[in-house]
Parts: sequence; structure tokens; C-alpha cells
Amino acid sequence: MKSAILGKKIGMTSIFNDKGQMIPCTVVEAGPCPVVLVRTPERDGYNAVQVGFEKVKPTKVNKPLKGHFEKAGVDYTRYLKEFRDLESQVTIGENITVEIFKVGDKVKVSGTSKGRGFQGVIKRHHFGGVGMTTHGQSDRQRHPGSIGSSSYPSRVFKGLRMAGRMGGDKTSIRNIEIVGIMPDKNLLLLKGSVPGAPNTLLEIVKL
Amino acid sequence: MKTIEFIENLNIEKSVNYRKEKDGENYTELPEFRAGDSINVAVRVIEGEKERIQNFKGIVISTRGSSLNKTFTIRKISNGVGVERVFPVYSPMIQSISVLKSGNVTKAKLYYLRGMSEKKIRQKLS
Repeated sequence: MKSAILGKKIGMTSIFNDKGQMIPCTVVEAGPCPVVLVRTPERDGYNAVQVGFEKVKPTKVNKPLKGHFEKAGVDYTRYLKEFRDLESQVTIGENITVEIFKVGDKVKVSGTSKGRGFQGVIKRHHFGGVGMTTHGQSDRQRHPGSIGSSSYPSRVFKGLRMAGRMGGDKTSIRNIEIVGIMPDKNLLLLKGSVPGAPNTLLEIVKL
Repeated sequence: MKTIEFIENLNIEKSVNYRKEKDGENYTELPEFRAGDSINVAVRVIEGEKERIQNFKGIVISTRGSSLNKTFTIRKISNGVGVERVFPVYSPMIQSISVLKSGNVTKAKLYYLRGMSEKKIRQKLS
């Protein structure tokens, strides 16, 4: 059943499983996410659920958004996100909590990856670099090599992979296992790493 | 960061409770030890359904990390071959630890023991 929640990355630690093995895991503070809007095919042309996350002071919300929240009768939140085609039944005003998951579930986690600045082709696109250090090319070991032919086509093709800004993109990782749930603290423990630095907004979707 | 600390402490507690439950009256608290000490670690080994205790005796050559991530390395010489094992201090697989002899060393990491013979190590640590 497709269900989803918003969360915030806290950091990483490790836990012992029942076999005594140490499992690396990411701690995520997820929910409670109030349902602000339910989109239906009749009214909006598609199925979706709009949820909020992270309570904020009323001074942090502008007037149009205040009206939007008040119509649903929920607390003001910092983030609003839509999830399309959720199969779990939700109504406006209801809170989505971590209890929609159980230990052992596989989820997809999306977030904004850490920005890495201007990077060369080796780090950015996993190029191998120009091979040799002799035969007159001792000064271009991390270079991209040729970027195309000469008189034909007389230009560089669009989308050719080169050096540039890396990171800071939306990144998703599928099949992350849930190794722990703490409903009283709204915490999820996910096996392994997830995109982004601490405090990144994460979308956690169970497929 | 407070949340991480909370989870680590929770897991340390969980591990201790697991050991208490498993060993009942035989439960012992882990003693304090440092590099240079000779210790014996009783490790649970699970073979299919059965569980037995295996002893690993040797010299602690390093301890590192803090909280849940704290580990120690033991070195012993078994049939002329050096063997090293790294244990997490709070592993539920450790049944007990006993300190056999405390060493007289001035370093925190005893990696220099790796190149030495058994006889030389004995002279060095006494």
C-alpha cells in the first residue's frame, strides 16, 4: 500500500540487531504531518494528498497560507508537499505519523543531496582521466580528453558531460529498510545513509 | 545531536538488558581495562540453532570511539600466527570480560607489538 510521510534528517549512528551485528543507520524525525488538502480527479483532475510538516509560529506564515491552513483546521507548518496516488485513506485534518510504517518495510527516500561546488569530470561523472603520465601528457591526468570531432560537426554536442556544479540536486534512494520506529518521539531509523546534510527535508514513501 | 545521544544510550541499555536476560545469575558487569592489559573475552557463537561460548584471550592493543561506537582490539599469537579481533564494547554477543593481568605501558595504542615475537612482548609488558 502506497503511503508517505515527510521528515527531517537528524544524523547517523548504529544499532545492534538481534544477531548482534552492528547496523549503520540514519535517524529521521518524521511527522506528525497534518493533511491539508485532498485532491480528487473530479475537482483537480488527479489524485493527491497535500501534507504539512514542522510546526512554526504564526508570524512565519503569510496571510494567504494562513487561510489555507485554517480552512483545513490544522497547525501552521513550514513545509507543504503533495504526494500523488496514495492508496491509504486519509481525511483533511488528520495527522500522518510514523505508525504507518513497521520494522522491515522497504521505503524510497528523496531529498536534496549535499552541494559539492564546482567539480571536475572524474568526481562528477566518474571519468577515468587521460591514461598515461608519459608521452608528453604528464599534466592532464584528471582531464576529460576529447570532447568531439573537428570539422564535422564543428560544434560540441549539447548535454556533453563536463566539469561543473555538482550536488544540491534531488536524489532518491530506493529499497531502504526500516530498522526501528519510535512513535513517542516521531523517530524513524533507516538502514544505511540517505541524501543530504542534517536538517534536510526528506520524503519517505512506502511503495 | 541530542537525539543521536538518546538513541545510542537507549541501545546501550538494550544491549545490557539483553545480556542480563540471557545470562541471568551469571551476568557480570564489564570491567574497566586499557591498552596493555591481558584480558579474556567470552563470546557467544551461534551455530544454527545452538549457542556456545568461545573464549578469546589476548592483549588489548587499542581502544577507540565513544558511547555505542566504542571498540577494542585484542591481539594474541595462536600457533605462531598473530590474530587480532575487534569487539564493540557494548556488543550483546559478549558474554563476559575478565582482566587477567594489567600491563605496564605508557602508550595508548600498542601497534608496535605487531612486529614482535611472543618472548619480546612478554619482556616488554612486565
